[in-house]
Amino acid sequence: MPRKIVVGFDGSDASMRALDLAIANARGQGDHLLIAHVLEWSPYSFLTPSEVEERHRRRTEELQRAEAAILTPVVARVEKAGIAVSTTLRYGHIAETLCRIARDEKAEMIFIGRMGDSGFASRIFGSVAATLAQVAPVPVTIVP
Amino acid sequence: MTLLATLPARAQGLDTAIDGFFAATTGWFVSIIFSNFPGTSFPWIVAWLVVGATVFTIYFGFIQFRAFFHSIALVRGDYSDPNDAGEVSHFQALTTALSGTVGLGNIAGVAVAISIGGPGATFWMILAGLLGMASKFTECTLGVKYRNEYADGTVSGGPMYYMVKGFKERGLPGGKLLAVLFAIFCILGSFGGGNMFQANQAHAQITNVVGAYPGWITGVIMAVIVFLVIVGGLKSIASVTEKVVPFMAAIYVGTALIIIVMNYTMIGTAFTQIFVGAFTNDGVVGGMIGALIQGFRRAAFSNEAGVGSAAIAHSAVRTKEPTTEGFVSLLEPFIDTVVICTMTALVIIITGQLISDPTTGLFVLNEAGTHIQTVTGNTGVALTSDAFSSAFGWFGYVLVLAVVLFAFSTMISWSYYGLKAWTFLFGEGQTKELIFKILFCVFVVIGAASGFDSVIDFSDAAIFAMAVVNIIALYLLMPIVKTEMNGYLARLKSGQIRKYD
Repeated sequence: MPRKIVVGFDGSDASMRALDLAIANARGQGDHLLIAHVLEWSPYSFLTPSEVEERHRRRTEELQRAEAAILTPVVARVEKAGIAVSTTLRYGHIAETLCRIARDEKAEMIFIGRMGDSGFASRIFGSVAATLAQVAPVPVTIVP
Repeated sequence: MTLLATLPARAQGLDTAIDGFFAATTGWFVSIIFSNFPGTSFPWIVAWLVVGATVFTIYFGFIQFRAFFHSIALVRGDYSDPNDAGEVSHFQALTTALSGTVGLGNIAGVAVAISIGGPGATFWMILAGLLGMASKFTECTLGVKYRNEYADGTVSGGPMYYMVKGFKERGLPGGKLLAVLFAIFCILGSFGGGNMFQANQAHAQITNVVGAYPGWITGVIMAVIVFLVIVGGLKSIASVTEKVVPFMAAIYVGTALIIIVMNYTMIGTAFTQIFVGAFTNDGVVGGMIGALIQGFRRAAFSNEAGVGSAAIAHSAVRTKEPTTEGFVSLLEPFIDTVVICTMTALVIIITGQLISDPTTGLFVLNEAGTHIQTVTGNTGVALTSDAFSSAFGWFGYVLVLAVVLFAFSTMISWSYYGLKAWTFLFGEGQTKELIFKILFCVFVVIGAASGFDSVIDFSDAAIFAMAVVNIIALYLLMPIVKTEMNGYLARLKSGQIRKYD
């Protein structure tokens, strides 16, 4: 039975490497790839009055840009490899949102690229890969 | 600063000239708004606000207390649809509105209320805050319900819109007239309380720490920064301010808490003074009524409940239910007045800034009989600074930063409210908007250069004039809010509206 695999994808070289590995694995297993792009967003950030007024318009623009610049090209790439693919575009905390997607979609694995930030930087800004390794509900493959 | 202090007397003279001209041109407006009921010393505008807030409290069945915990759950996002992520959250709408209201009213305004009305003014301030929660609920529910959503996705809302659309829906005449009046007063309010008062008190606190120099210098510097943000589009300054303001608020409240805890044995005495002073004439200016007037006046100025400004800030939130934003907004007067203003009051009382006669126990008035004598002779923001500095000598410097940042974020918020009113009157367009923005910057300089009394009187008068018009509209539209509220609460009770995981 084909499995559903979530690939966290942000257009970076690291996420491209994760996608390539996921494609290579999926070929053998007949897996279905779910490409997930998460726009970093917190409901608890502070906005100015004019940012509040324009937020809805900006959100619409962000979604359109992400769809056109990130997801559409990658779908073409996966389909070309002959693999079943779907996409999802969400807002939120990246690691938490990827976990939620994996749970909701009953995925069996998550693939994610490692940016290679120094220990110091990831201590300050948080590392998506490290968080996923600790809290993901399914096995996670972290691609260096 | 030595350079500033040695500026020629001509420079100081400019301040006096600006102050004189300003007091002469705005005096008539101030006298109308603050005129008393015939034969009494009770300003009709204070009664107007109190009656309004009381009517809304009773009409909506004490909704501010019934919905208090549900409001907190809404802010936390418990009822937010995950599919709406990326939109303006309830938390963001609340903090954006709070950055416009939490500010000098909480620091300087409270000191003014206490130095005139004594500790008892705090009681009336808290009561006004609690009642004001219902006014805010009413106006913000209407703000979301009748906002304008444009084709490009931007959102505009506020009293102007609910006056026009809501009146039309109910078949009432005069909506457009009220909206125009409100817009005019909102522009004046943005120049007054939202701008001049802020610049004035920021300058007062700076000179309190670094020594005296002409106010127009502070005014010009602040005006240039405001100009860069609102005209030059330098959003980064505004964003930084918005992000720093919450931390400054936390430092302010945290320090107040530390001082209160350090003097915990005084807390009981302070509350006794607040409660007893609320109903007795213990030597304060104007006696008990003076305390009441000052308490309500400064609370209204601080939390802006019933004024209509918050309805502009809250309108952009993405929600399918206007009532939810009403619930969220009712937390604003609570945080602003009941929590933060009370803390300022407690610190001033506990640190013993007000001078009382040891034999009679009555407060001692200054020579003019306009204020209670304080240890340093200061009032306004300087009095609050004295109170905090008596516990922590360095706090004056922190307060300069807090006051300037609060003043700045309030100015940015009010420039937005004023601009919305301006474009409602004159239509949108780059030149029209530029004229307003430049005028706004000019008033920053006037505010910093003017005397405290003329600025605070005009600031109060302009903001209260907004409340006069807004509350008329709220009375006429409150049945619509009640229908919305009852519908929402029924669905909440039946389980139709549920928490998301």
